[in-house]
Amino acid sequence: MKLDAIDITLQGCAKHYPNGHRALQPTDLSIGAGETLVLLGPSGCGKTTMLRLIAGLESPDAGGRILFGSDDVTRRSIEHRQVGMVFQNYALFPNMSVRQNIAYGLRIRKAPAAEIKRSVDELLALTRLTDFADRSIAQLSGGQRQRVALARALAPQPRVLLLDEPLTALDTQLREHVRGEMDRLLRQLGVTTVYVTHDQAEAMALGDRIVVMSAGRIEQIGAPREIYHRPANLAVARFIGTISQIDGDWTEQGLLCRGGLLPAPAGTPPLRQFWLRPEDAIVVPPELAHLRGTVAQAVFLGERTRLSIAGLSNEPVTVDITGRFAPVVGDAIGIQIRPEAWQANLTYAEAA
Amino acid sequence: MQTDLTFSRPMRLLFLLPLLVVFAAFWLLPMGALLRISTGEHGGAYLALLHSPRYLQSLISTVLLSLAVTAVTIVLSLVAGLFLSRRAFPGRQLLIAALTLPLAFPGVVVGFMVIMLAGRQGVFSDLTQAITGTRSVFAYSMTGLFLGYLYFSIPRVVLTVMAAAEKLDASLEEAARSLGARDWEVLRDVTLPALAPALLATGAMCFATSMGAFGTAFTLATDIDVLPMVIYTEFTLNANMLTAAALSLVLGAVTWTVLSLAHTAGAQSAAPSA
Repeated sequence: MKLDAIDITLQGCAKHYPNGHRALQPTDLSIGAGETLVLLGPSGCGKTTMLRLIAGLESPDAGGRILFGSDDVTRRSIEHRQVGMVFQNYALFPNMSVRQNIAYGLRIRKAPAAEIKRSVDELLALTRLTDFADRSIAQLSGGQRQRVALARALAPQPRVLLLDEPLTALDTQLREHVRGEMDRLLRQLGVTTVYVTHDQAEAMALGDRIVVMSAGRIEQIGAPREIYHRPANLAVARFIGTISQIDGDWTEQGLLCRGGLLPAPAGTPPLRQFWLRPEDAIVVPPELAHLRGTVAQAVFLGERTRLSIAGLSNEPVTVDITGRFAPVVGDAIGIQIRPEAWQANLTYAEAA
Repeated sequence: MQTDLTFSRPMRLLFLLPLLVVFAAFWLLPMGALLRISTGEHGGAYLALLHSPRYLQSLISTVLLSLAVTAVTIVLSLVAGLFLSRRAFPGRQLLIAALTLPLAFPGVVVGFMVIMLAGRQGVFSDLTQAITGTRSVFAYSMTGLFLGYLYFSIPRVVLTVMAAAEKLDASLEEAARSLGARDWEVLRDVTLPALAPALLATGAMCFATSMGAFGTAFTLATDIDVLPMVIYTEFTLNANMLTAAALSLVLGAVTWTVLSLAHTAGAQSAAPSA
């Protein structure tokens, strides 16, 4: 199965509600044909509003325009937009079987019975639900329900697939598995997809591009690696992953902080603080290290150990090391900084 | 099986005793008496019912009236209940209060109100007199009874529909619309199936209430013999205990059958088959 891909454009789309709440500031956004775009942000950031605007469940404030390809759908309600939607709670029809759920969109469009059967059978196979076709929804597991919801949304060959936190209702282990399956399926189908989530790992694993949102506006749009390694500002950096602040005074050689001198590459403009990702620190023997502190906390997470190191800065600094390394609270510890970490810090300094 | 951590068995029986006494005094004994009286003379009373056009006619018209009241009540209350539970507009609370006010009235008052509307001195009568020159009176007919019962039933069903509609999952309807369903298709495929158990239950209650309604019928002193009126007449005026007892049991049986059918259907629609 392969779906036609179209691009989507939002022009000056804002949304405020009668009670005065501004859910979305005026926003422009282009989504490429066949792209998987992830809207990422904390609850209340406007990501769900944006999805509902594209779906046609909400209409933008006056002046906003939404285009599917060259087709202006701004004034068209959802039933005429030909979108596929997957809801957080799946919203499967409890009075219909798996097959009837998947067939619903085609039945409403009065497709011939033979075509409905062929199309539903294909989707059942694609989502590995063939054996469950005649089950009722109540008899399905969470993962199976998720696949029915996806198959139902795909059956009428939507122009765009809209997913609202589709994995949130699953437990952690299953979530990672379904995420992989879904990634494969979306790439195979080639359909333009907008995916809303508050989970950064999900966003980075699935998105061709990520739109980081907060307080009703877009903070940054970029590929997952770009967002992670070159965040546009500190707000984005804080939301994507963990980051610690190392305060200090600027000297000729670099940043002088409580734990020692952090040497800066030549040409670095003066900085008052350094932002550190947990994986950008390398643990070395204290006598060889630039920065020295003591282990304040060590949390074993299996593949890695997350350390909280005191004495480097005013606040403890978070550093990840391999899980095989088992330091004890109170141990003296030394760290070096990977040179690449300076790049992101220049961006923060510019954005500030 | 969960372990019972409450009172011992003798204590529990003791607590149940008052209820059992009430049940025996007000249900078991009178029902036994009704059964005994009505089946006296080798069940002749039931045979007589079958051969009496008047009784049969009364049974049929009561059932038909109750069915019609139930059907119309459900349709009107469904529309009103869905509207009230979904739309915010000024005066909404006032409208809900006005719609549910009849809950406070007994059947007698409802009958009285029907007379005020469509009786010989009623508003409708005066109006038709002024317009056409002849007084139109329908309070004491099937129409009057129908209106009275409708007025009595609507508030109860509206409240049930509103409660059920507020619990509906909005994303189900959004999902149907995203798949291309228009308003009436969403209603048919999503909203009504979801409301079906509540509608069946409240419809059954509405039917049962209409079958047994006495106050309104008595106030309107109608030409129509609804079953409760016939029972009353046979018992108090004709002192015909035998027929009254048999009719009472038939009324109970018909109503109970409908209630239990609705209950079964409700259980099925709540748990859709595989």
